[in-house]
Amino acid sequence: MKNIRLHIILLLGILLFSCREDEHIVVSEFQVIPEEINYDSEVMGMYLVNEGNMGSNKCTMDYLDFTTSVYLRNIYAERNPAVVKELGDVGNDIQVYEDKLYIVVNCSHKVEVLDAYTGVRIKQIDIPNCRYVRFYRGYAYVSSFVSGVLIDPNAPLGAVYKINTNTLEIVNKITVGYQPEEMEVLGEYLYVANSGGYRVPYYDNTVSVVELEGFKQVRKVNVGLNLHRIRADKYGKLWVSSRGNYNDIYSPYGSVPSNLYVLEKKVGYNDMVVTDTINIPCSNMAIHGDSLYLYSHDYDNLTGESALTYAIVNIQTKEVVSKNFITDGTEKEIKMPYGINVHPEIGDIYVTDAKNYVSTGTLSCYNKEGKRKWRVSTGDIPAHMVFLYK
Amino acid sequence: MFSNKRHCLGVRGFIFSIVVGMSLQFSLIAQNQTDSIAKTLLLDEVVVTAKQHSEIIPAQKLSGKELEVLNSFSVADAIRYFSGVQLKDFGGVGGLKTINIRSMGTNQVGVFYNGIQLGNAQNGQVDLGKFSMDNIEEIALYNGQKSKIFQSARDFSSASSIYITPRKPSFGGDKNTNIKANLKFGSFDLINPSMLVEYKISDNVSMSLNGEWINSSGKYKVHYKRVFPNTNTVAYDTVATRQNSDINASRIETSLYGVFSKGSWNIHAYNYSSDRGVPGAVINNVWRRGERMGDVNSFIQGNMKMNISSRWNTLLNVKYASDYTHFENFDYSLYPTNNKFRQKEFYIATANLFPITKWWDVSFSYDFQWNTLDADFQRMDDYDVFAYPTRYSHWLSLATSFDFNRLKVQASILGTFVHESVKKYIAPEDKHVLAPAVFASYKLLPKEDLRLNAFYKKIFRTATFNEMYYVEMISSDIKPEYATQYNVGLKYTKQLKHFFFKSIEAQVDAYYNQVEDKIICTPKSPMFKWTTYNLGLVKIKGLDASVGNLFQIDKVFLQTKLQYTYQKAQDFTDPTDTFYANQIPYIPCHSGTAIASAMYKTWTLNYSFIYTGERYSQSDNIIYNHVQPWYTHDISLVKSFKINNMNFKATAEVNNLLNQDYEVIFNYPMPKRNYRISLVVEL
Repeated sequence: MKNIRLHIILLLGILLFSCREDEHIVVSEFQVIPEEINYDSEVMGMYLVNEGNMGSNKCTMDYLDFTTSVYLRNIYAERNPAVVKELGDVGNDIQVYEDKLYIVVNCSHKVEVLDAYTGVRIKQIDIPNCRYVRFYRGYAYVSSFVSGVLIDPNAPLGAVYKINTNTLEIVNKITVGYQPEEMEVLGEYLYVANSGGYRVPYYDNTVSVVELEGFKQVRKVNVGLNLHRIRADKYGKLWVSSRGNYNDIYSPYGSVPSNLYVLEKKVGYNDMVVTDTINIPCSNMAIHGDSLYLYSHDYDNLTGESALTYAIVNIQTKEVVSKNFITDGTEKEIKMPYGINVHPEIGDIYVTDAKNYVSTGTLSCYNKEGKRKWRVSTGDIPAHMVFLYK
Repeated sequence: MFSNKRHCLGVRGFIFSIVVGMSLQFSLIAQNQTDSIAKTLLLDEVVVTAKQHSEIIPAQKLSGKELEVLNSFSVADAIRYFSGVQLKDFGGVGGLKTINIRSMGTNQVGVFYNGIQLGNAQNGQVDLGKFSMDNIEEIALYNGQKSKIFQSARDFSSASSIYITPRKPSFGGDKNTNIKANLKFGSFDLINPSMLVEYKISDNVSMSLNGEWINSSGKYKVHYKRVFPNTNTVAYDTVATRQNSDINASRIETSLYGVFSKGSWNIHAYNYSSDRGVPGAVINNVWRRGERMGDVNSFIQGNMKMNISSRWNTLLNVKYASDYTHFENFDYSLYPTNNKFRQKEFYIATANLFPITKWWDVSFSYDFQWNTLDADFQRMDDYDVFAYPTRYSHWLSLATSFDFNRLKVQASILGTFVHESVKKYIAPEDKHVLAPAVFASYKLLPKEDLRLNAFYKKIFRTATFNEMYYVEMISSDIKPEYATQYNVGLKYTKQLKHFFFKSIEAQVDAYYNQVEDKIICTPKSPMFKWTTYNLGLVKIKGLDASVGNLFQIDKVFLQTKLQYTYQKAQDFTDPTDTFYANQIPYIPCHSGTAIASAMYKTWTLNYSFIYTGERYSQSDNIIYNHVQPWYTHDISLVKSFKINNMNFKATAEVNNLLNQDYEVIFNYPMPKRNYRISLVVEL
């Protein structure tokens, strides 16, 4: 009898105590960083988007505040509590244009437009499988893996969407190459790096040239297999990186490594063509002054290990001037570099570490001599960064 | 403030931990009880007792009446009531359901159907949601292995095993035909008719034929709500309908059971085919997905047991299986996918038992298995990157057991030899591994059934075909993943002549497991180039406890079973990881179940409760990965009646009675309150 009474009491105990509560919105965390505050700096802060692993809905936004030397983690949900399921799944780009912050959320098929100074949502623009965003004279251009145009039954062509940055409405769309990634505006043209990632092993190898006034693709430039990044420098050159085919020995092209190409206009012509191949693998890059900082992963087919390189290319001489811009040995603590940015005024280098993609990443800051100043925890897969100016 | 709350929950968990569970024991029913309920209970007793003699450490079992008590639609639902088990459930009738026993990983669990292991060389996981409860007689869970020695070598080859036993024909009186028809309706537009026919061909041979159809739209309401931490005012509150989780499945099985002077035999043919939506994670701005999956799983297997002489018993198992999976994505904004996979398996096993003396047995078993995987996932015309692997596995076991009345001991050694060949890339090296196990049970008191049980086992698994060949970087030197288990426990069974308190069965087990060289599959570059390597080290400390009772209050019988599991499963892979020594994802520290059922004449009222404590959805035990506890209450009412010699049983079930919104896997919402009704007729 005693036994059963005990059972009943304990059973009731379970029901009363083990309760769930309503789920809270995600709250931000902050951390003070050892960064000297420069009140004269034009740079107020830096936004960082954590991609979050696919399907986890853990795309989050962090903010490094240079005016207070504070790193804020996970600020989106707090500032936009009414947005169902928060920022979304797999953030792929973040940019600032005319007081607005644009976040491209790939697997949530949307571009999130926020007030750049408050982080509060202005509008959500739905674009399927969107990748990157760039701007030109009052319009935002968003690359998308799919245009709905099926020339090849195996893979759709990609598209660039044109958005009015005042009304935030999509005003036009054009078809470009297969699975377009980064874009860059140079002169009156938009250059689009096409990857063809859905067409393994027949990756795309072209840069689409889009004439911005008429918004049409005027030509394609052959560059290299599976293009990804494209950046313009101050001398009017374009730096384009390719992913290659990841040492696929069964590819009809054989094993093609990642590479970095330079596009320039030949004297007397108006068309950009490949003038140099740097012959260095490149996963991501950032240009500061005459230096192009890049990191890369290079695989050894036999060991399965990837060698990481943190190199500097002089953009005038096009020579690799350093194979390790991190000089204090702390690069060993980075498992998977995933994002890079350089402070426009002081030249500090920011490198993110995505670790194993399913755990908390880090953001490390190096001074221009390559010594680590500090390191903070971020969200999952820290990747894309943009500065906010006064 | 969040961390405080979590601390609180931990304390509550400990309060919960005092509640120890149990397993039902029907043995001690008042001797002269003539009630029909008692009859049923006594019938069960015979089955249970007979089986317990064959193993040194008895299994956790659910059979007969106990299974009926649970509102289980599939085997996966029933398995949640075992100690030490975590079910990964992606929600709904069609959602994938796999289990993880004592935190060693889904791939370390062996699932046996009618005595022979179900294989999945492709991903090493068996979807238990596919196995309907319609014709199941017993489900048993063994930690370590089934501790008897007259079994095939593969029975020794998993870290833990689930045995699913379908119903065998038995005929009362001069009957030669049994017919059972069942019609079920439920929430999510579920329709589930099934039919079972058993026929006695001769005194020595009987057959059974069982078919089932399951159809469900899989649509259920999904509720997401967030509140502000301090004020608890609503931030957002939204309701949507779960899409693309429909299922249309059919199952047909037939078997022949025979006996002859020196033994018995059985042939079993099985076919399951399904077409279902893959609902996917619920993420921002995406409420519907276009992925679909089709399956056809078939096998035919035979089994023969024979006593050749008093010194030699032999057993033969043969199986051929063919599995087809078709995966397609109709969401044209994403990567166009259309993949087909075909797996084939042939298996033969012989086991031999040599009783040397009354107290000493020795056994020898040899198994051979052949697996192939054929994938059709090249999309560009001539480009085919698939490896087309074929695997040849040999298992050889030597075992011995001693029965010194109060002390029973079993020791076994398993040798495994794996050879693999591929059409492309480099085949992995051949593997030769020896794995030992020791099981012992000691009866502490001569007159009380109080047993001290202990075991040690080392076991491993090889990489599955998915882990080997669906990665872009194929490496041929993947080592096997090892699991080492230490377990010590007490089991007490007492039958009382008390007017009210009829029986008690209590069990407590403490264990320590270690998983080394854990096979991990992650992308190794920003381009998501997947690769597989041996890396992980997980240490698991656990405690399982259970208490079962049978009570009688006048004409009402009350069965109860309480079960509690504590698990500390930590990742010790790399001290520089931020999650070093953190609890591994989806393993709660505290979990438990309670079952109670009251029987009065032809009425039965059942109640079951499942509690899963707080967990983390990813490796880092931080607030952003924290997942709240969930718990569900299920009830059902059963009424049996007779019309013209036909036995009817009507059941009404309510699941998730308190309408809790919960997720077992992050972003995969589970159904809220749902209902089922069924009518069974037997003649």
